[in-house]
Amino acid sequence: MINEIIALILMSTGILFNIFGCLGLVRLPDVYNRLQSATKCVTLGTCSILLGVLVWFGFVNIGVKALVAIPLLFFTSTVAAHALAKGSYRFGIKLGRKSVHDDYEAENRAFLSKEKKEQEKQKHKRPLRKTGKPS
Amino acid sequence: MYRVALFIISFIFWMLLTWTYEPVSIITGIATAALTTLLFGGYFFRNVYKLIQPRRYFWFMVYLFVFIWECIKANFDVAYRVLHPQMPIKPGIVKVPLRLRSPFARTMLANSITMTPGTISVDIVGDDLYVHWIYIASTDPAEYSGKISGRFENYIYKIFE
Repeated sequence: MINEIIALILMSTGILFNIFGCLGLVRLPDVYNRLQSATKCVTLGTCSILLGVLVWFGFVNIGVKALVAIPLLFFTSTVAAHALAKGSYRFGIKLGRKSVHDDYEAENRAFLSKEKKEQEKQKHKRPLRKTGKPS
Repeated sequence: MYRVALFIISFIFWMLLTWTYEPVSIITGIATAALTTLLFGGYFFRNVYKLIQPRRYFWFMVYLFVFIWECIKANFDVAYRVLHPQMPIKPGIVKVPLRLRSPFARTMLANSITMTPGTISVDIVGDDLYVHWIYIASTDPAEYSGKISGRFENYIYKIFE
């Protein structure tokens, strides 16, 4: 009986935090802030739903699976967030209008100019190789 | 040696995931663990003797509790910012100097930072970690790096280095 009450409380908190996360996805202004709400609220929400499943069923097949899913969720959602943040910055999506500070811009510019130079080098190389080949 | 360690870890993970002791499941688990070791063994950390030092597990347990507490605080913080009508956010990207050296420890630190109050790690260049912060409290590097990574860096240093 007490198990079920604890499980229900955990699951309700989880669903509540998932709702907050989705609200954040709609309300926050730019990609990076939306990622914040997507990684945090949704992860704690889903983790507490999984814990609720563990408490409800106990240490049987399904409960242990729910427990093992928590570290998996931790690693995959954080790595996905890094990849999305870095990828969208490299793609050229600027920080939103509300942003106040940006240290990454210089680094990104250096990377882009390096990439451009390499591309130009390759462009030069290719015709040279073609003409160099005996046909 | 590190391949053996990876094999054992992935086999234990498989057994937890299936949670049965039938021979079919065990044989499949051995095959899967062997395949995982073959494919991804190169990415595993080399100094596996760190895995059998109990002191590291003690600090890991301490770190787990600190981390869960920070994580819950982070969730309430972000939920408050989302639900507030005026949305009190002041986002930006800051540069945090890193003290950790091994790649695994750096990955753990970046993951922990992503899970805590209003911060996402964006990139690591050289010895600097770039972090997107939803509410920039100060622009002084010494002050904010203590706020962002200071809570975890000591624990992760004790666990992984």
